[in-house]
Amino acid sequence: MHSGIARALFELLSSMRFAISLLTILSIASVVGTVVRQNEPFNAYLNQFGPFWFPVFEKLGLYSVYNAGWFLVILAFLVLSTTLCIVRQTAPMLREMRSFRERAREASLRSFAHRAILVPAVPEADTIERARAYLAHAGFASRVADNGEGTLLAARQGSAGRIGYFLAHGAIVLICVGGLLDGNLPLRLQVWLGDKHTTTGNQLIADIPESARLGTGNPSFRGDVFIPEGRTTSFAVLGLADGILLQELPFNVALDKFHIEHYENGMPKRFASDIRVTDRSSGKTTQHTIEVNRPLTVDGITLYQSSFEDGGSRLTIKARSLLPGRPGVLREIEGVVGESLAFADATAGFSYTLEFTDFKAFNVEDMRGSEGGQGDDAPRGMDKLQRHLGSGAKGAEDRDMRNIGPSFTFKLRDPAGQAREFHNYMLPIEQGERWFLYTGLRDAQADAFRYMRIPLDERGSVDSWFAIRDRLLDPAQRDTLVGRFAARSFPAGRGQDAMREALAQSARQTLGLFAEKGYETLGGFIEKSVPEAERGQAADVLVSILQGLAFEAWTLHRETTGEAALELNPARATFLNDTIAAISDSHFYGAPAWLQLDAFEERHATVLQATRSPGMPLVYLGALLLVLGVFAMLYIRERRLFVLVKPNEALVAMSSNRRTLDVDETFRQHVEGLAAVLGAPVPASDSREGA
Amino acid sequence: MEIARPSPRTPSPGTPSRPQPPVLPPAALAPRTPLLRRLDALDWLYALALALGAAFALYRYHTAMDVYDDLILVLHVPVLAVIGWHWKPFRAFLAAVALLALASIALYQGDLARAEQTFLLKYLISSQTAIMWMSALIFIATGAYWLGLIGRSDFGERTGSALTWIAATMGTTGLFVRWYESYLLGPEIGHIPISNLYEVFVLFTLMTALLYLYYEGRYATRRMGAFVMIVISTAVAFLLWYTFTREAHEIQPLIPALQSYWMKVHVPTNFIGYGAFAVSAMVGTAYLLAARGIPASRLPALRVLEDVMYKAIAIGFAFFTIATILGALWAAEAWGTYWQWDPKETWALIVWLNYATWLHMRLTKGLRGAVLAWWAVVGLLVTTFAFVGVNMFLTGLHSYGAL
Repeated sequence: MHSGIARALFELLSSMRFAISLLTILSIASVVGTVVRQNEPFNAYLNQFGPFWFPVFEKLGLYSVYNAGWFLVILAFLVLSTTLCIVRQTAPMLREMRSFRERAREASLRSFAHRAILVPAVPEADTIERARAYLAHAGFASRVADNGEGTLLAARQGSAGRIGYFLAHGAIVLICVGGLLDGNLPLRLQVWLGDKHTTTGNQLIADIPESARLGTGNPSFRGDVFIPEGRTTSFAVLGLADGILLQELPFNVALDKFHIEHYENGMPKRFASDIRVTDRSSGKTTQHTIEVNRPLTVDGITLYQSSFEDGGSRLTIKARSLLPGRPGVLREIEGVVGESLAFADATAGFSYTLEFTDFKAFNVEDMRGSEGGQGDDAPRGMDKLQRHLGSGAKGAEDRDMRNIGPSFTFKLRDPAGQAREFHNYMLPIEQGERWFLYTGLRDAQADAFRYMRIPLDERGSVDSWFAIRDRLLDPAQRDTLVGRFAARSFPAGRGQDAMREALAQSARQTLGLFAEKGYETLGGFIEKSVPEAERGQAADVLVSILQGLAFEAWTLHRETTGEAALELNPARATFLNDTIAAISDSHFYGAPAWLQLDAFEERHATVLQATRSPGMPLVYLGALLLVLGVFAMLYIRERRLFVLVKPNEALVAMSSNRRTLDVDETFRQHVEGLAAVLGAPVPASDSREGA
Repeated sequence: MEIARPSPRTPSPGTPSRPQPPVLPPAALAPRTPLLRRLDALDWLYALALALGAAFALYRYHTAMDVYDDLILVLHVPVLAVIGWHWKPFRAFLAAVALLALASIALYQGDLARAEQTFLLKYLISSQTAIMWMSALIFIATGAYWLGLIGRSDFGERTGSALTWIAATMGTTGLFVRWYESYLLGPEIGHIPISNLYEVFVLFTLMTALLYLYYEGRYATRRMGAFVMIVISTAVAFLLWYTFTREAHEIQPLIPALQSYWMKVHVPTNFIGYGAFAVSAMVGTAYLLAARGIPASRLPALRVLEDVMYKAIAIGFAFFTIATILGALWAAEAWGTYWQWDPKETWALIVWLNYATWLHMRLTKGLRGAVLAWWAVVGLLVTTFAFVGVNMFLTGLHSYGAL
């Protein structure tokens, strides 16, 4: 009874149908893992799927499909099924390979699809000998047997093709087992069976407990080695879904220098780490350069160039105040990327943590279209074709790749823990012959940066913008500004007092609204209080008042610095417009200061990947066997040719394990060849239908 | 037995009393004449030209090549020789490509600007122009095959076949010249033109066309052309769209991840697979139509179509297996692990599993007919997603193939 069930189970597991079902399931399961992005932070999934589905999908292991238990079970069944299939097929296949089937009966040969009857011109004994010689020459191994009906020459060729079956299917088992050894299953077993526990990533190496450390004897791992320039490390960090483990390396790695090179068009050309590896037991040090596609293997551990980060660049920064009524530099800051410091001011009432997150010395961007859109004179028809003839070196001619200089990113975190991220450029960027300093902000990592453009004055400085902004937004200076503005439009002593007063009134109101939320409050005001038909006109009036006020603020500022007053010209009017736009945007900037980068000292860190893959030789051997097996199975053709020699007649029959068209052709050739050798006329064979 | 074994050269005379049909020695007519004995003077000339070309390249440029370059160059001689010996038209094709590419290089005189000044370069054999010619010829050839099929005209089909040969010649020339042009941009920029989606679409067009032409000659029928050319035309249409709207044809330098010898072997091997799968799907389409008797009288016999479908999938599967393994070896060197379930890798596995199942069904289960034809057609959809869809819809490490 039991053996019956075992037998049935064996039949099922080793059956073709089961294997095919597994392949299908495996395909579908694999698709899932390509649709859901794998191994992202859990927060990203929570945002994507919402609070209801997030835990469901987590339970199903969809965030790490290829490491999920159920996926490994499918793989295990595939290995089991393939193994059992091999076990089941071995005996019959070996028998088949060795056998010549010399006991075949005439009746069964006559039922073959490929058969022919020859009438030899030579005596029977000669026929046998000649047919045998022919078969040997045509590459067949043959046996001669008397089967009672005549003399049977049973020949076969290409039986080695069956070895292909063992190679290919054995290869699948090897590859799966090797892959399992190199996956994260060994690691998870250690966590599960041993006393190892993951820990959080945000702590100093010295603080990481022994339970989260793996010794140098660990046979299989893959982790990141982070080394800033000039530093040394001896650890790799292994990331698991719920935390990290620290893998001790048997050597120390020091990074001397990290190289980044670019092509002229700004594409990256080379990433390389100059490292020194010191063996801890022997104390021997060797120098190497690791590049992408050029890894280094030390002590069975392979180090790859994986990525790079900032390794703690030093930034010299001025925090220029954006607080109305408090112009100037709030603070001078010496920052280090990757570190944070307190940024607080009791009088102004703010308290932030300033976290420097990144620094880039080069930013190559396509500045096309920045000078006022693409032209309408794009070539059409034949001209367009013409443009695409010639060499492949020609590309989009309007592309304009430029290095726009260093930039850095930082976060301002308020006491509640809410952070806003900023991206500031060090150097001004030209746009349509005007120059701006760009500063971007975003509230969530997933958003794109929105940029505020601070215009530069004629001396290439942002001082004017800050001065004008301060005067426009500071309520304490409003009366002075409005008074001067009104007086300039309607000078005193010309009987225009009433109009001057009316203008001052409007200016004061405009400024009040603008100081709240910039263009947004002004727009809201117009919508609320002006009929639709007159809104355009009203907006024009308000904007020209603002321009006048800004110009007045600029003039006032120049007076305090002892500079001559300026004539208003179109370029300066544009500057004022840009200034007002940026001031309006600055209402939404959300930081008390703009951080101006004055100087930097760049320092890279390389991220190497360290792996020990014990399964790799198995997998590579499997891959080799797989290729040999596939070619053997598909291209070594097994043919069995039978010649049953009887007095005055020879029955030729052929069978093949691949029923392809060339079997017909091969059979025809063999029949013709045998006929020629035996001096027999070539018969019209039954199997040559439809050719 | 007392009968002496006949020596291969002197057959035993047999019974003297009988009237004699000619009795030939067994060796004389064995069907497996060794390849070398079947070669004619042209075959040897072809092989000699290959060897001399390789020798010249080695002698002249060995300082610029590393040991892998040398090895690959030398290996090309026997491989191309055997292909040409088995498939005679390939010799003329290769000769034409060599002449055109060398002519183009000679006209360039090492100056890219000459592509705009020299008439022959601008309108015939600079890389972009050659690829444009290829595109135009593929469309015309498709039309010719269809006219041949619908109008029952052998002339139409012969024209289609000739035009496809010329298109493949121009396209291959275009890729070789593009390779040369990339070095004119700067020695550090130069690289084999199989590094982005634009270049591999040209490669796909060429591979599919050549594989089809091989089967056309092998089975002595041009009737499948109308179908196979549809998929090639579609690829060319995409290529043109990509050129004209995205300016994708511009030669770009290689990012660090692609600066590897593996690229040169991984990518072409892959495209033998993709091309063969495309051929099998289109032959499968022809099979399905013929099975319903639609243009059956004009299509080859069902068993011929079925055979081509199997042969194409077999060769595609074999090369796709190699390509995936080469990709894994490369990944181990570049990304530190031979397999990490990147979407492109995963979809390659799905394609592989799909055709593995197809082959099992046919070879082990003995399945035949419409089911396998449908399966081949669906297989092309899966393959297309793995080839283009993954780059468009999924993100992963293969992003340099992005649209």
